[in-house]
Amino acid sequence: MRRMGFSKFRVFWQSAILAFLLSASAAAGEPTSPTNIFAPASTPAKSIAHLSMFVLAITGLIFVVVFSLLVYALIKFRGRAVDAGQEPAQVYGSTQIELAWTIIPILIVVVLYLATAQVIHAVQDAPHPSSALEVTAIGHQYWWEFRYPKLGIVTANELHIPVSDPTHPTPTFLQLLSADTDHSFWIPELAGKTDLIPNHPNRMWMDPHRTGVFLGQCAQYCGTQHAKMLLRVSVDSPEDFAAWVRGQQQSAIEDNRVAVGRRIFESTACINCHTVNGTPGNGRFGPDLTHLMSRATIASGAADNTPQNLRLWIQDPNAIKPGSLMPAMKLTDADLDAVVSYMETLR
Amino acid sequence: MSAMANPFPQAPSIWTLPDRGKVAMAGLILAESAIFTIFVVAYLFYVGKSLTGPTPREVLETPIFYTICLVSSSLTIHLAAKSLARNRVGAFLGVWLLTIFLGAAFLYGTGQEWHRLIYEHGLTISTNLFGTTYYSLVGLHAFHVTAGLIMLFLVAILAVAGRIRVEHSRRVEVLAMYWHFVDAVWVVVFTVVYVLGR
Amino acid sequence: MSSNAITLPGVQMEEKPWVGVLHDWVATVDHKRLGILYIVYALLFLVIGGVEALIIRIQLMYPHNNFVSPQVFNRMFTMHGTTMIFFVAMPILFGFANYLVPLMIGARDMAFPRLNAFSFWLSALGGLLLYFSLVGANGLYGAGNAPDVGWWAYAPLTARAFSPGHSSDYWTLSLLVSGFGSIGTAINIIATILCMRCPGMKLSRMPLLAWLNLVMSGMVLITITPLSAAQIMLLIDRYLGGHFFDAQAGGSAVLWMHFFWIFGHPEVYVLIIPCFAFMSEIIPVFSRKPIFGYPVMVAATVCIGFVSMSVWAHHMFTVGMNSYANSFFTITTMAVGVPTGIKIFNWLGTMWGGRIQFKTPMLFSIGFLFQFLVAGLTGIMLASAPLDWQLGSSYFVVAHFHYVIVGGILFALFAAFYYWYPKITGKLLSETLGKWHFWLFLVGFHLTFDLMHIPGLLGMPRRIYTYEPGRGWDTLNLFVSIGAFIQVIGILVFVANMVISYFKGDNAGNDPWDAWTLEWSTSSPPPAYNFASVPVVASRRPLWDLKHPEDPDSEYE
Repeated sequence: MRRMGFSKFRVFWQSAILAFLLSASAAAGEPTSPTNIFAPASTPAKSIAHLSMFVLAITGLIFVVVFSLLVYALIKFRGRAVDAGQEPAQVYGSTQIELAWTIIPILIVVVLYLATAQVIHAVQDAPHPSSALEVTAIGHQYWWEFRYPKLGIVTANELHIPVSDPTHPTPTFLQLLSADTDHSFWIPELAGKTDLIPNHPNRMWMDPHRTGVFLGQCAQYCGTQHAKMLLRVSVDSPEDFAAWVRGQQQSAIEDNRVAVGRRIFESTACINCHTVNGTPGNGRFGPDLTHLMSRATIASGAADNTPQNLRLWIQDPNAIKPGSLMPAMKLTDADLDAVVSYMETLR
Repeated sequence: MSAMANPFPQAPSIWTLPDRGKVAMAGLILAESAIFTIFVVAYLFYVGKSLTGPTPREVLETPIFYTICLVSSSLTIHLAAKSLARNRVGAFLGVWLLTIFLGAAFLYGTGQEWHRLIYEHGLTISTNLFGTTYYSLVGLHAFHVTAGLIMLFLVAILAVAGRIRVEHSRRVEVLAMYWHFVDAVWVVVFTVVYVLGR
Repeated sequence: MSSNAITLPGVQMEEKPWVGVLHDWVATVDHKRLGILYIVYALLFLVIGGVEALIIRIQLMYPHNNFVSPQVFNRMFTMHGTTMIFFVAMPILFGFANYLVPLMIGARDMAFPRLNAFSFWLSALGGLLLYFSLVGANGLYGAGNAPDVGWWAYAPLTARAFSPGHSSDYWTLSLLVSGFGSIGTAINIIATILCMRCPGMKLSRMPLLAWLNLVMSGMVLITITPLSAAQIMLLIDRYLGGHFFDAQAGGSAVLWMHFFWIFGHPEVYVLIIPCFAFMSEIIPVFSRKPIFGYPVMVAATVCIGFVSMSVWAHHMFTVGMNSYANSFFTITTMAVGVPTGIKIFNWLGTMWGGRIQFKTPMLFSIGFLFQFLVAGLTGIMLASAPLDWQLGSSYFVVAHFHYVIVGGILFALFAAFYYWYPKITGKLLSETLGKWHFWLFLVGFHLTFDLMHIPGLLGMPRRIYTYEPGRGWDTLNLFVSIGAFIQVIGILVFVANMVISYFKGDNAGNDPWDAWTLEWSTSSPPPAYNFASVPVVASRRPLWDLKHPEDPDSEYE
């Protein structure tokens, strides 16, 4: 691998790009972007950001040189009135110059390629330690299913993974599958995107170096509501992650105060598509709702997880996400309130 | 518009360029080769990947006789074109009709094979990946044979009506190029389906 | 505008009834008229495709905007891409090739005039089929149903299960039909160039426009056909129960991607190479020097033609190919940048030491040079697979390819319009309106497409009908959309220029630019038979030889 210069150099360029983007956003009155590829928080994203500094430096240099030559030529060789009628020297070419501007670009390509190949292998052929967390992500039209096979957890749309200490890494490895069309998993601050293609399992990994919530969304057009197939990754401290896992492993809380709502849920078409552990509901077409209230959003990020939004969603999904595959359930107002109360207990 | 003296320099004494019919047919052949290549790639990609249903080994019978028919028709069409170039119109017509007969025999053989595959083995285009890729590839080729036979037939009618003479030999050669191409494609399809794919 | 009219003193010529004129145009086999038909057809679709783009940009001006529904938006970006590539770029470039190639090689028409006409009408039918989907695909109840699968129509989104109705079929059939038209024209161009050159015009003396259209046409033969093959497979899947791309039966969605991009990447070189041709004819004339390095320009183009067939999977870096495949496509994609860069340097070398005239064709050519340089460099960034893992399928890519297509191809086309409009119509376009067109369009272009790179860097994927606020994308999208409207004004000035100059422009004469290739030796517009007597040439610049008999090119080649 060609050493990409001193880390001070890298930090300088990274800061410069970040500064440019931040000032562009600030000038535009924007808050800092949570999906900035130049704010990496995980090894794959960092490798890519560093490589992009290098590539940007070289292409930037090429741009400056050629741009300057073009501008110079336009100014120096502009036709002046005094030369009207006289033709300049008719030059047909020059073998040496042609060779020069063939060989130099070839050398530049070789250098860029070598730097790139190193990162490709580092990311794609990274070792898979046994301490890694395994998650299976299944893309659906228009939501994400997440299964933790070794932990017996099934959830949807919001991924929880542990933070990874660089000295004792605990990366997360995702297996990517699809139940219908092509999708793509993209959290810019954690890793490059990888597609979810039916009958074509893919693999990616990330090892976030800080806790927090990271945002992203589906990046391969998958149908009508591709735009609202959002992603939320919560990187937790080891204690928080363990607590989350314990919570997810429980069956649904049984609260007699919402028995009416639960009965409605169990006897309508809801259970054809949705699973709630501990009830007859074991449908897999829609997200697992066992711990719906542990999520910050509903409808794959399309709306915040509030009772009003939940009520609107169940009543008429097209009001929030037109083209979503969940049908309007056409419940009476009383039934709707009861079901929503029931859902609100699914922590 | 007054007559102008030709303002351009002296023409070269010899100025020959390729025949445009042959160049155009070569272009068409190049394009068609690309189409066939994609179908061959799909066939090879899916060899052994069918989830169900009959496999090539179980159901395919190598069509040696009909292949010989088709390949010989390349020879006969070549002889026909040469006869016409030598102004031997009678010989041309005879060998031309033989070419059509051999091509038609090939199509008959293909039809017979498909009949056997569909009715005896239940292999259709929707059965499995083998069925899809087999019928598409062989069918695409058979379509081109049919199109060629229609053109050969048109020429035969014109020849019977006495309208094909030695000055048309260049155009007949262009058509013969197409026929040779169709035969060459069969050699590839035969190798891929009946030799490699099994 | 009958160019066949001969005025005889004392004789009153009858005006042809309009039905007769219409019939002449519909039944024409004259390469010049077919060229004009292709160009006008493409300009009509440019307006339609532009309206689709405006709908997209208005919807994206604000997050959670409600200008159009997601269903309509998805149809808009599908139709915008399909229209612009297949019914604007391809026909307009074939139109210019049709018009110019026979004239520049000293021929009287294309090799196969009737095939020429047939190919045009096939392509025209394709466009009609695509837009018929608006009414035909779902019957007349509700609105029609244009295709909404993206212009790449990825499997399995195009399977019957996910695209019911006939909208995808209109996409498939319209491109299949116009694809055959393209193949016909490509065969015609190749046969014309190889078989119809005037005496003395060896291949090494052909104008670069002829060479580059030869390479482009050869590429079309092996580029469009993989798409045709894949589309036949898609139809088999949708209607005969085939399983080519059916995951349930073991089929592969990735196979469609391979086939599509084996077409799709060389296709963009098919589009840019004729634009290189325009630059190679225009820049020398307005620098008053011959093209620098003619043999190298030919070799570089042939090289691009071959290498571009090996880069296609750089559109698939994220689908899960192994690291060796990703590395391979990285290096081939970077490698194709070398001959492309060589061409930019040669144009620079042409201008170097010249006497540059800043007429409108040259202004657009200069815009092309700067913009194509930037586009090529963002292409090199995307060529690096890891960068593509972040930037692929984001607005960075959308900005990159629009930089090539609008900043490169469209600017080169504008240059070609200003340069050859006098030859085609006999009138010069207004320089004043031309400069207004240039500057307005330049400002709008840069406002839109420079800024558009940034949302990509900030994580905005493509093909989304709306986006979340708070990601840093809001204001950028607003300004991108404003730039689009400025470009529209520029285009309106252009259209006005073409119409006004047709009636009120200065007469161009045979050779308004003091140029050197054969088309400038005949009248503007040329007569139906192109040349009074078949030209004979002894060098690459036959008119330079005529104008400078003391210093002809033929001495130096």
